[in-house]
Order: sequence, then C-alpha cells, then structure tokens
Amino acid sequence: MTYAAVPQTEIKRSYWQRNQQTLAPMLFLAPAVLFFVFYVIYPVFQSFNLSLYEWDGLGTKEYVGLRNYEDLYYEYIDRDAFYTSLKNNVIWLFLYLLAIPAGLFIALFLNQTVTGIRLYKSLFFFPFVISQVVVGLVFTWFYDPAFGFLNVFLGWFGAGPINMLGDERYVTYGVIIAGLWPQTAYCMILYLTGLNAVNPEQIEAGRLDGAKGLRMLWHVVLPQLRPATFIAFVVTIIGALRSFDLISIMTSGGPFGSSRVLAYYMFEVALSEYGFRMGYGAAIAVVLFAIMMVFIAYFLWSMYREEKR
Amino acid sequence: MFPTPLEKRPPAARTMYQAVLPLALVVWLLPLLAVAIFSIKPGADFTNANYWGVPSSFDFVDNYGQVFFNSDMPRYLLNSFTITIPTVIGAVALSAMAGFALGIYRFKANIWIFFMFVAGNFVPFQILMVPVRDLTLDMGLYNTKTGLVLFHVAFQTGFCTLFMRNFIRALPFELIEAARVEGISEIRIFWYVVLPLMKPALAALSVLIFTFIWNDYFWAVVLTQGPESQPVTAGITAFNSEFRAMYHLMSAGSIVAALPPVAMFFLMQKHFIAGLTLGAVK
Repeated sequence: MTYAAVPQTEIKRSYWQRNQQTLAPMLFLAPAVLFFVFYVIYPVFQSFNLSLYEWDGLGTKEYVGLRNYEDLYYEYIDRDAFYTSLKNNVIWLFLYLLAIPAGLFIALFLNQTVTGIRLYKSLFFFPFVISQVVVGLVFTWFYDPAFGFLNVFLGWFGAGPINMLGDERYVTYGVIIAGLWPQTAYCMILYLTGLNAVNPEQIEAGRLDGAKGLRMLWHVVLPQLRPATFIAFVVTIIGALRSFDLISIMTSGGPFGSSRVLAYYMFEVALSEYGFRMGYGAAIAVVLFAIMMVFIAYFLWSMYREEKR
Repeated sequence: MFPTPLEKRPPAARTMYQAVLPLALVVWLLPLLAVAIFSIKPGADFTNANYWGVPSSFDFVDNYGQVFFNSDMPRYLLNSFTITIPTVIGAVALSAMAGFALGIYRFKANIWIFFMFVAGNFVPFQILMVPVRDLTLDMGLYNTKTGLVLFHVAFQTGFCTLFMRNFIRALPFELIEAARVEGISEIRIFWYVVLPLMKPALAALSVLIFTFIWNDYFWAVVLTQGPESQPVTAGITAFNSEFRAMYHLMSAGSIVAALPPVAMFFLMQKHFIAGLTLGAVK
C-alpha cells in the first residue's frame, strides 16, 4: 500500500522540493561566482584585449595589434626599463625563496618548551602582521645614510656608510631584505605548526638508528613537513611576483628606475606622471601574468593530483 | 619532538638558550624597536642629530597627541575600519555559501569552479588594475569606500572559498545525509547544520581578511585619493609628506597605522594561525 502512496506525494511536492539537490548548489554559488567573474575573471580578459590597443584612459582606443609587445621587446619607449624590471623580478623570485630556509631555521630554533615561548613565537611573527607600507617606512629609516641604524652598526666595524637605497647596485637587494623580513615570519609560522604535527615515534626511531642533526632533519623531519613546505613555496613565489608596496614606498622604482619590477613598472606606465598608457601597461601586466601562470598551473596541477587521491 | 628538547640537553645548553632567545628577538625586531624609540623622542632630538642617544625628554603623549588630534590620521583610521569591516562580512558570507556548494554537492562543473576561484586568487593585481579602475569609474564609485569594498569582497572571495570548501570537505558527511533523510531542506541544512560547525573557519577567515584588507595598499592607491575615502595605508604617505622630516611624528603615525591588525592578531592568535596555514597544516 505504501508503494502506491509514493507517486502521490511526488506530485504534491513543489518544483523546488523535487529539484533542490541541483538547485541549491547553483543558488549558493551564484553570488560568489557573479562577483568573482565580474571583478576578477572578466577583467583578466579585458586586460588581454586592452593590450592590443593604444589608449590614454579617456579618448578613443586605437587598435595597434601586437605593437605594444613589440615596443616592450625592442624597448622603443623606455630604454632598459622593461628588461631591468624583468631582471629584478627574477632576482626577487630567487632571493625571496630564502625566506623558506630562514623560516625553517627560526622555527627549529623556537620549537622548544621554555617559559614564555608562546609570547616569543608571536613576537617573532610580528613583522608579518604589520602592513608592508609600514615595513617599507621602517626599513627606509633603517637604511638612511644620515641616521639609519644600519650605518651606525657598520660604523662599529669601521665599515660604511653605504646608501643602500640610493645606490643602483644595492637598491634591489635592500628592498628584498625588507621583504624577506615579513615573509620569513610567515614561513616560520607555517613550519612551527608543521613541526607540531611531526610524528614523535618516527623521530625516536630515527634516534635509535643513530640519526641526528642535519641527517635527521633531512631524512625524517622534512618529509613530514611537506605540506608546510608546499604552502610556503606557493605564498613566497606569489609574494615575490606581487612585490609592489615596498618598492613604491621605499624607492618609487629609483634610483633611475633601477629597482623597478614588472608590477611597479606597469603601475608607473598606466597610472602615474609618466602618462596614462593603458594599453602598454596592460601588455606588461600580461607578461607578468604569463610568468605567474606557469606557477599557478603547477599549483593547480598539484592540487588536482591531491584531489584525485 | 625535533630538535631535541632542552630538558634532555645538558644544563649549560639550557642557560645558553635562555640567554640567546631574548637577544635574538631584539635583533629580529630591531627595525621596529628603532621606530618605537623614535616615536617617543621630542622633535628637537632630530634637529640636534641625537638620533640614537637617550631621548632628551619622554614625549609619548605629545607625539601621539599630535597624530590623533592634529592630523588627518583619525580620518584615515576610520576609513580603514569602514572599508575593512564590510569587506570581511561580505567575503566571509559569500564564500561560506560558495564553499558549502562546492564542498557538499557533486556536479560536473564543481572542480572547475573551484579551480577558477583558486587561480583567480593568485592572479597578479596589475592585470586587473586598468579594467577594475574603469569599471569603478563607470559605476561612479571611484574614490568611494563602496567601490573599494566591492572589489575587495570579490577578490577575497577567491581565497575564502578555497579555505571554506576544504574545511567543509573535512566535516563528517553523515551529518548532512542524516539531515536529508529527515527531510530537512538544503537551505536549512546549510543554516542549522553546517554553519554552526564552521565557526572556527569563520573566525579564522575574519581575522585573516581583516589583516589583509587593512594592510592593502595597491588598491587603495588605484581606486581612491584624498582623506575622504583613503584608508590609512595610503593616507600615511600623505601624512608623511605633511610632516616631512619630522621623524618622531612619522614614527608615531606608522605605529598607529600598524596597530589594529597587531591587536587583532594578539587577541585571536589561534584563529589567525589556523587561517594562515590554510587549514592544511594542522
């Protein structure tokens, strides 16, 4: 009898009740997807399109094909600016990765249980919480040739004074050091949480086998820290390619444009006193995007493999 | 535990460690300590080139009073709050729903929508800059806090959805199945079953997004100008050109600008760290 009752209730159920398994996800996703497509995904394609035009931001756009890219390649507009930025991006990318071993080192140093260690850990993490703008200001004063502590310090050893941010040879490294400060703190916290989860039995087993120090670290501890290392890589690489705030605050790309990176150069070209060359700026952004896409693709692929398992 | 716990080391190593620890901290925070010292010095010390000596007087109240009562700083701080708080609420709300949809339901486009959020989250800001600025101009929202909030909500939704979805995946699915058997509608399942379980994720993301948005500089420069709508990160450059070479005030201003996320971090440390590690490292 109950068998016959089922279709009857089936008819009474509303469209929503019958289809809510398919409708609900669409409903829940709609606002986020709409916002994201409108403000993030669609603008990416707009930028691609814009890079084929010459546009001052106000007048009519003029289609120029790939000329913006040719201009980048042959540096018709700014001598060296593009290649300097590209070179600096590569330097940033490699040196920024030092944050990972540095963070691991500090994490190992702090992974003890003494009184007040929790407070120490949070204070070591401090630089990451502060805005990069403030980090930039702090380091600008730290490097200041007149009163900066760096030169006071160098003076104790009879060295210096050096004008870190005024010298084309040092400036990029000076800015990167400022950037490494918060980034190291970030990697440190990733590893500290990772170290908490390291299996103590494996460590003990390693100890019984006579492993200690670096060998233990390399063969027993680091393999267990893989998830932390992966995230550290992701955030560090993205952070290196995104570097903008520090350069803008500390040097404005100077001296003579020697500390520019693509992210900053693009901003300069499109939105500052150097004029509103939106199309040219978009072309630079596309190059930066292409570099980033290599990493994004790799990250997505790794995540995809994880999902499959 | 690795490295070897101190309790298992000779006492000399222990004393060593406890001596080195504060020293290392001082070196690590040196640039910041310098600014903190600068911010309580009187202006005269800088004209007399007494940069690193003992402050000739303790001017904490004077300097910070100047920042709070004699500059645009309170205005910028207020702007930062009115930008940051709605963004946090918006991004967390949107991503809680999206994360629920992606975490619970199986449908074909699921993984692709998820990857869209993840990939979009990593995109360089510069490729969005010109179109987003145009869009904001066209909507008449350039140089308004609303314009900034709308963009931030949209962009942060990428990261938040990644986080929420992974968090929801880790919840026991039997709970939802049980609710479905009871005939509870999907919307009520979200509200009464899943949302209460998501409290840790909501807290973690709120703290994290608060910090991210408070510290944003790029979009503040691109989408706003002037004290009526700029947040404190962009305002501080104007503040600094107003008080050029007055390092005691610039230092005090920087510290004030940096304080809210620092306070947030210390109050909600556990959640903050859970958020940073993307919940992947437990």
